[in-house]
Amino acid sequence: MSTNTVAQDHSRSPEPSDFYDLRLYVAGQTPKSVAALANLKRFCEEHLAGKYRIEVIDLVENPKLARSDQILAIPTLVRRLPEPIRKIIGDLSSSERVLVGLEIRPRS
Amino acid sequence: MARPIERHDTPALAGILKVPTGIPGLDEITAGGLPAGRPTLICGSAGCGKTLMAMEFLVRGATEYGEPGVFMSFEEGVQELTENVRSLGFDLGELVEQEKLVIDYVHVERSEIEETGEYDLEGLFIRLGFAIDSIGAKRVVLDTLEVLFGGLQNEAILRSELRRLFRWLKDRGVTAVITGERGEGSLTRHGLEEYVSDCVILLDHRVNDQLATRRLRVVKYRGSIHGTNEYPFLIDEDGIDVLPVTSLSLEHAATSQRISTGIPGLDQMLSGQGYFRGSSVLISGRAGTGKTSLSAHFVDAACRRGERCVFFAFEESRNQVVRNMRSIGLDLQPWVDNGQLLFHAARPTLHGLERHLVTIYKSIRDFQPQVVIVDPITNFLSVGGEEEVKSMLMRLIDFLKAHQVTALFTSLTHIEQMEQTEVGVSSLMDTWLLVRQNEISGERNRTLYVLKARGMAHSNQLREVLLTDEGIRLVDPYLGSEGALTGSARLAQEAKEKAAAITRLETMERRRRELERKREALEARLTALRLEFQAEQEETERVLAQEEAREARLLDDRRDMARARKVDSGPDTGGAAGNAGKGGLIQ
Repeated sequence: MSTNTVAQDHSRSPEPSDFYDLRLYVAGQTPKSVAALANLKRFCEEHLAGKYRIEVIDLVENPKLARSDQILAIPTLVRRLPEPIRKIIGDLSSSERVLVGLEIRPRS
Repeated sequence: MARPIERHDTPALAGILKVPTGIPGLDEITAGGLPAGRPTLICGSAGCGKTLMAMEFLVRGATEYGEPGVFMSFEEGVQELTENVRSLGFDLGELVEQEKLVIDYVHVERSEIEETGEYDLEGLFIRLGFAIDSIGAKRVVLDTLEVLFGGLQNEAILRSELRRLFRWLKDRGVTAVITGERGEGSLTRHGLEEYVSDCVILLDHRVNDQLATRRLRVVKYRGSIHGTNEYPFLIDEDGIDVLPVTSLSLEHAATSQRISTGIPGLDQMLSGQGYFRGSSVLISGRAGTGKTSLSAHFVDAACRRGERCVFFAFEESRNQVVRNMRSIGLDLQPWVDNGQLLFHAARPTLHGLERHLVTIYKSIRDFQPQVVIVDPITNFLSVGGEEEVKSMLMRLIDFLKAHQVTALFTSLTHIEQMEQTEVGVSSLMDTWLLVRQNEISGERNRTLYVLKARGMAHSNQLREVLLTDEGIRLVDPYLGSEGALTGSARLAQEAKEKAAAITRLETMERRRRELERKREALEARLTALRLEFQAEQEETERVLAQEEAREARLLDDRRDMARARKVDSGPDTGGAAGNAGKGGLIQ
């Protein structure tokens, strides 16, 4: 697997309730994918600093995963943790929608 | 699966390449199958059999044509799908194991998906592409893409991606089947037909008079001829069976081979040889006129020739028919036992007409008989209208003729002397026999005549039908000044005639003897006369001889006298020179 992990904080043991395990599925370096990753990084730093992990999966390289992970649209962001699994499709250009999609409570 | 009978009249067409679906009948209607390397849309309302048809297309491709397939399901999970088609005899698990089939369930649920910004469906393409490549698939099914319209909000993106998908499928060269839900006033709810322009098949499931019928119609097929009618189809334990309702052409071969009716007298009426092979025969008559018995004779004769028969009994059970035919000396049981004769007994009301037709069609295809009996066709009227029954029979007859099966139908009429079969199918029949019952002097007698027999010089005579212990016998009725006499009237007349004949013979004999006697008498008289004549002749000759002797003596005496008178010349010797006067003296 050539998963490109953009890890921010590996050392911390994930807390079940507020650690975010995120996967971004892309298909090659398309403008939409690049934009999505940039948007995601910015968003995470802004809202989830220190408690998230982003894994980028390129389906061109791992086509098998499209099926096993039920991916349809590109780009797709999957929230694997906390459960339940949530999916956000698109280039993540609207922070508000991402906020809703990831069910992130506004920071207290 | 051996299904040889379907593919025989699929016309070879130049033009677009086709991929056989392997679904019986569908390949015939589409003249060879679906367009190769292009998408085909199968649409219809819920429960019409879209998914099943698409699945059969893949399974047949994988098992019969060596073309692996990918089934991308948007509605049902793999487990569900596998269970659903197991009842049709398809083992998806095994095909997946053999790498002949990939089933991919695409889970789309709007509540789980949040959309933000631009996206495309590249994931789906990659997924499908990977599945195709993993087994080298030639066939692809997408069931039902329309689910995407429910799962994704951005319709503009979806539509452009669908357009791209169909182009992509064509570029990949796979033969694809896309299913779509029927919409109000359009073929599919979301207008999928807009993207699939090559071939569109519409399925329908409707209920008339509490009888459900599935129908199929090829709405369009670019670059190919196709049947345009609605064709009924069935889903049963062997999968889908489409019925080519009417053949595209009227081109069945016509043989001049003749086969016996099983009744010598009837063969005689049909110019001595019986029915044409592959023709359709109708026997109509009222209840109890012996229609079934005539059919049974035909069956028996066919089995004796070593042919196979299917007997569709819609009035009696198999055992009933066999038992009843024993009473006229026909034992059909051995033919049933050795597998030459197949009985198919059912009440007409059991199914709708189409279902019956397909059942008949299937058993003919599987059993491959040379002779088929349908007894009686009129019972179908309890299931469908006259027009429907007629159209069904037309399809059936077309089908039978195409396969050179000789078919005998019986028809029950209700009004005496009605020469119009209620179903109005007579025009479809090549030979039409009418059995009537005549009521004369307190008894009913059956008479049979040939109403028509295409292509042969048939008898125009009436025959009396006798049901004897040794089967049916046709006898000439007595024809005389009192009309045609049958039954005991005929017997009485025949006895009378026999007596008269004996009398005539005796008279002649007596006359002959009389003549003989007369001749003998005459001859006796002739002998007597001859004897008398002989006696007379002898007497006369004796008298004549005496006279001559006397004359000679007189002459001698005169000579002696002349000599005595010294006459110089004798009156006889010298007188001739000039003494005529003297000669007169002697005279």
